[in-house]
This record gives sequence, C-alpha cells and structure tokens, in this order.
Amino acid sequence: MFIEIILVFISLSIFLSFIVFIKSKKLQDKIVSFDTMSIISISLFIILSISYKEPYYLDIAFVFALIGFIGTIIFARFNTLRSKYA
Amino acid sequence: MLDILGFIFISLGVLFLLLSSIGLIRMPDTLSRIHAGTKASTLGTLLVVIGAICLEHTLWLKLSLLALFILFTNPLSSSILAKSCIKNLEDIK
Repeated sequence: MFIEIILVFISLSIFLSFIVFIKSKKLQDKIVSFDTMSIISISLFIILSISYKEPYYLDIAFVFALIGFIGTIIFARFNTLRSKYA
Repeated sequence: MLDILGFIFISLGVLFLLLSSIGLIRMPDTLSRIHAGTKASTLGTLLVVIGAICLEHTLWLKLSLLALFILFTNPLSSSILAKSCIKNLEDIK
C-alpha cells in the first residue's frame, strides 16, 4: 500500500517535468527538464527494486545515471558551440 | 523500527522530488530552473537511497556506489549546463 502511493507521486513528478519538456521553447529548458527526468527515474528504479526484491533493477538505474550525465554534457557542449558559431 | 525509518526517508525524498518538478514548472528563467531542478532532485535521490539501504541491508554496496555516482556527477552536469547558458562569461564577472 505504501509503495503504490510512493510510485504514484514519482510518476506525477516525472509527468510534470515531461510537461516542461514539451511546452518549453528553448533548448536549455529542454536539457534541464531531461536531466531532472533522468534523476527522478533513477529513484523510481530504486523503489521498484526494493518492492520487487530484484537487484537487477539497480543496474538499470546505473545505466540511466550514466546516460543522463553523458547526454546532459553532450547537449550542453552542443549548445555552447551552436551559440559560438551561429 | 528500521522499516519505519526507511519509510520516513523515502517519503521525504519523494516529497523533495515532487517539489523539484513543481519548481521546474513555476520558475520563469533557465538559470532559476537549473537551481530548482538539480539541487532538490539530488537531495531527494540521496534520501531515497538512504531509505532503501534502511529497508534492504544486502544491497548496501550497490546503493552507496549509486549515491556516490549521483553525488559526483549531478552538480558537475548542472554546472556545465549553467556555463553553456551564459553567452559570454565576461558579462557576469
């Protein structure tokens, strides 16, 4: 019962940051909301691994952390180069 | 006793995650959005990790490694992102 309420709140926060991802016009806002979504989904996978008692979900959390970090840095670099040369 | 402590930590962490995503909607500017979205979600994820360690003792190594990774990489990525948002750094200095 407790885990379901927690999962509902985490899904609500992912949905709110996805609304920001859809509605924002600039690239920087999209990168920020993507970063926040990846961090929130890491904690979603941690709670799923606790509730199902499967340690494999933690590997998915590691992969999400790596992909969120590298994707944020690559898009920030792209934003810097685009504002410099365009 | 330890289960109740873990539930309290996980509830606090989820509250911080929800506050970070609400702040992402409410804030008007990109730099204040970075301020709202990254710091609160880092604290929320660390609290969720602490609560998960309280609930499942056998997974402590993987969970603390994940917490260390998040603690190192998340402020770094937000700093690089904030530096890329500023067109020329000499306006700020």
